[in-house]
Amino acid sequence: MPAQSTTHTLLSASVVAEEKRQRHKRFSLLAPGILTIFCIGIMPLSIVLIYSVLEPGDYGGVSWVLSFDAYVQLLFEEDIFDETLTFTTSFLQIFLRSIGLGLFTTIACLLIGFPTAYFIATQPVKRRNVWLFLITIPFWTNLLIRTYAMLLILRDQGVVNLSLIKIGLIDKAIPILYTDFAVGLGLVYAYLPFMVLPIYASLEKLDFRLVEASYDLYATRFKVLKRIIIPLAKPGIAAGCILVLIPSLGAFITPAILGGGKSLMIGNLISLQFGQARNWPFGSAIALVLMVIVMLSLLTYLRSSARKGLTHD
Amino acid sequence: MKNKILTMIMALGLTFTMGTVSAAGELHVYNWGNYTNPDMIKKFEEKHGIKVTIDSYDSNETMLAKVEQGGSGYDIVVPGDYMIAIMIKKGLLERVEPNKMSNFKNVDSKWVNVYWDDGRNYSIPYQWGTTNFTVDSSVYKGDVNTLALMFDPPAELKGRINMLKDMNDVINAGLRYLNYPRCNSNKAQLKELNNMLIKAKTDWRTMDYSVIEKLTSKDVDLSQSWNGAAKRARKDRPELVYSYPKEGFTGWMDNVAVLKGAPNIENAKLFMNFMMTPEAAAMTSNFANYANGIIGSEPHMNTELTSAPEIVMPASAPAPEFVPPCAQEVTDLYAKIWTNLNK
Repeated sequence: MPAQSTTHTLLSASVVAEEKRQRHKRFSLLAPGILTIFCIGIMPLSIVLIYSVLEPGDYGGVSWVLSFDAYVQLLFEEDIFDETLTFTTSFLQIFLRSIGLGLFTTIACLLIGFPTAYFIATQPVKRRNVWLFLITIPFWTNLLIRTYAMLLILRDQGVVNLSLIKIGLIDKAIPILYTDFAVGLGLVYAYLPFMVLPIYASLEKLDFRLVEASYDLYATRFKVLKRIIIPLAKPGIAAGCILVLIPSLGAFITPAILGGGKSLMIGNLISLQFGQARNWPFGSAIALVLMVIVMLSLLTYLRSSARKGLTHD
Repeated sequence: MKNKILTMIMALGLTFTMGTVSAAGELHVYNWGNYTNPDMIKKFEEKHGIKVTIDSYDSNETMLAKVEQGGSGYDIVVPGDYMIAIMIKKGLLERVEPNKMSNFKNVDSKWVNVYWDDGRNYSIPYQWGTTNFTVDSSVYKGDVNTLALMFDPPAELKGRINMLKDMNDVINAGLRYLNYPRCNSNKAQLKELNNMLIKAKTDWRTMDYSVIEKLTSKDVDLSQSWNGAAKRARKDRPELVYSYPKEGFTGWMDNVAVLKGAPNIENAKLFMNFMMTPEAAAMTSNFANYANGIIGSEPHMNTELTSAPEIVMPASAPAPEFVPPCAQEVTDLYAKIWTNLNK
């Protein structure tokens, strides 16, 4: 553009002015968005970051003294007896439990979700929509209400136990509720659609002539699945896994209601620090560490998928 | 276009400033949710021609955080006992001297010299209750007045217990069971407490605030509980008995207080004086289901309330203990024990 400007000075001046106006317009259109992100995203996060490197104030709040105790506390603790600083596993255990629960949910959702998605994708087009519609029905109801419904089904006096007793299979209610099994079941139930939908989206685009061709080349069913279908559905599988893993990492309601609250989740641990433990810096530090873990795993995924995008070209 | 936006912004700004400027004849009450009797407020409004607005919070800590920010615009708050002590220390409450008001004679003398506001220069009683446990007497037939049922339960109660998911309530009950003092920083004693709780936890089924639902669904047969919740659970499960353990138990009291620099301070004082009338106190009790500490309120209270063993303590029960806020080092130790117990 500058090359032409020498010949058409007048015209270019108006072009420059127009450019300028456009830029202004674009900026003012963006401004509300940027302002919102700054006000409700970056600013509160900065406060959390600052609070995490201060000392706890009397009865909650912070006192303005720089201290990295909150982060040290995450990994080390003064022994209640001999006052030596030792490696603590309490918080690690709570983090690991949340992560373990997330992984279990993801794997179970994948094992159930993949065949479901495959089944829907291989149906006639008209019927596919009906199946998809059925998959999304649970979303019409609030998660809290669905979790309470699970509670009613699983409890000692619930549908499962009462009908088993009626059939005569058992004569005393078996405790299903308030176990890790109940929590896992609740999480899988809640997040299954997040796995089915992305996998379906990638299977729907799959060219089934490739499958036929591999059969023609004497591939076994397992080989077709392993070498043709799964590689082609990979983007959907990856997206599904992320969509299930991240919300189940921070799951709060489901473990609290179906697990009976006997073990802390990361969310409970954070709220404890801002409430009764009166240690806001520590609560801020835990919240930030959780966020960094989630962000790192997201970034890893994005980078690996970006690299794959490059090799495809 | 520009002008329109400008006008809108100005109008918005105006509404904000109007919100903070106090008109005469207003009162802003900040109370726990579902805890203020609307009929009682109506009566106050009619008597004094004051317009009352009510906003609610769900924990003392939430209320403190909001009030500490300043500019909340509230006149009246209703903090728990330990929170009154903290707020006086932080200079957040106005010294309105309710002890010199005309209706102060109605306040039961045992609620005047309290640790959180000795002589009542800042606050008056609103509602009070106890934190104990309630147990199904058809499942466990022995003596219910001992903490052993929670910490060393008999066979019929093993795996049938719900504890409150509350650090202070669980730890204080444990300390009483071991006969050690509250706000304890003795590490040997705390170690013993830690081990006792870990062992007892294997007999607990759940740790949850939803006491009533846990009991009425028969998920558990014993639950640590506030007295009001125990009474409501008994409605659905008449076999429930509220325990007053011989080792002692926690009492709590919510108190009406005026915020420092309240915009409507004279109206707030009128409200405080009104809240000490037996009629107003009884109306609050009938709504919130707890005792109130105002003498002469019983005749105005529902008989269902005055005849409930959860609300009216038997003479044989030990006096409830009001636990002051512990020092930060103690709270840090408690938080470690609690986290360790829940990991």
